[in-house]
Amino acid sequence: MLTKRIIACLDVDAGRVVKGVQFENLRDAGDPAELAKAHSESGADEIVLLDISAAHQRRATLLDIVRRAAKELFIPFTVGGGIRTIEEAAAVFSAGADKISINSAAIENPLLITEIAERFGSQAVVVAIDAKRGHHGANWEAFVQGGRQPTGRDAIAWACEAESRGGGEILLTSMDRDGTAAGFDCKLTKAVSEAVRIPVIASGGAGSAAHFTQVFREGQADAALAASIFHYGFHRMSTLKQQLAADGIPVRWPC
Amino acid sequence: MIAIVDYGAGNLTSVKKAFDWLGQSCAITSDPAEVQRAEKIILPGVGHFSATTALARSGLQKVIEDAIGRGIPFLGICIGLQWMFEGSEESPKTRGLGLFQGCCGRFPASVKSPHVGWNQIIILHSSRLLRDMQSSFVYFTHSFRAPIIDVTTACCEYGGPFAAAVERDNVFGVQFHPEKSGEFGLRLLNNFGEL
Repeated sequence: MLTKRIIACLDVDAGRVVKGVQFENLRDAGDPAELAKAHSESGADEIVLLDISAAHQRRATLLDIVRRAAKELFIPFTVGGGIRTIEEAAAVFSAGADKISINSAAIENPLLITEIAERFGSQAVVVAIDAKRGHHGANWEAFVQGGRQPTGRDAIAWACEAESRGGGEILLTSMDRDGTAAGFDCKLTKAVSEAVRIPVIASGGAGSAAHFTQVFREGQADAALAASIFHYGFHRMSTLKQQLAADGIPVRWPC
Repeated sequence: MIAIVDYGAGNLTSVKKAFDWLGQSCAITSDPAEVQRAEKIILPGVGHFSATTALARSGLQKVIEDAIGRGIPFLGICIGLQWMFEGSEESPKTRGLGLFQGCCGRFPASVKSPHVGWNQIIILHSSRLLRDMQSSFVYFTHSFRAPIIDVTTACCEYGGPFAAAVERDNVFGVQFHPEKSGEFGLRLLNNFGEL
């Protein structure tokens, strides 16, 4: 049976892994390459590295970090943050990434999704969507520039467009839940998961094993991503996976 | 030296990285002469089945067929495995090598496609590629799949069973990505390197 993936996310700023609450108040959590390796060894199914300073400062992803992290990583490795052109994507792939994640650049220029998919395959293109609940709570708006700028785009409609343009996966972050440890936004995840046929990675709000079970069951997520709960050792990957297995969620355990 | 064949389909860095880590000499190449000299050949591949037409155009296909004929160990990964069959529904006009009988088909509408993530493979037959290895979780990412036939050494279940690994003499294929399948995948690549 296809298992539900648990993805460890490294938010990188100025060469260090950091984690904030609702995209702000960053604090240091360690060296990206070392943390990537540690998460892989502890049983993470995948690693995502996001250069969170890149999008708004418009600087290239830290290729040397990608190279260093990729060297000893033999599980899928996604890199995002500030990738704006096919050339920048190509550089990230040749540094050792298996997939790239694009967000702001994809909304500004949706053709970029197709361009990268045609050259590297759809499986290599993750479209990241930062979604925030609207005033009436009935819909979600897509934000760009690291959550700084609203787009006026409906997150679900944008997810559908991203799929039709060649995106291989949707990395869906709930801005309302990010860093709060209050649980994933299952309604948002379910809405997107039902709207597209490609895998949906739920992100934002992981605080306990029960939250993961919830987002897999109620949110119909294919994968769930978390950062702080793994970095600061609140949760061991082994404990989390054992709990999920006990809940009847198919997971890769023992690895 | 292991030749990792570059035919313009996707990223081959991770396959090379795995062999570098294992300490096995390998090189990414699109030069038919270099492939012809190789002790072993790997054909990775992601993306679309039609990308394999580049192999015929560049002369690489002839060199690979010739090498297989000489008994040079050959490993196809993902599209590389599918190419060893007669063809694929993904691109009906593109012909595969036809080493194995059957065509690759879509997943049924009852499951999400592509099939992305870690799934368990079941080892069916004794195999040189999978020697001393147990059924395990491996990483897949694909939209089409090969049928189970007599040379299938491991299968996987997703909307029905399909071929995860095939093997006949010195010809090997895996649908999953050993270079992304943790320790199990590294052992498999090491087994290939040590043939």
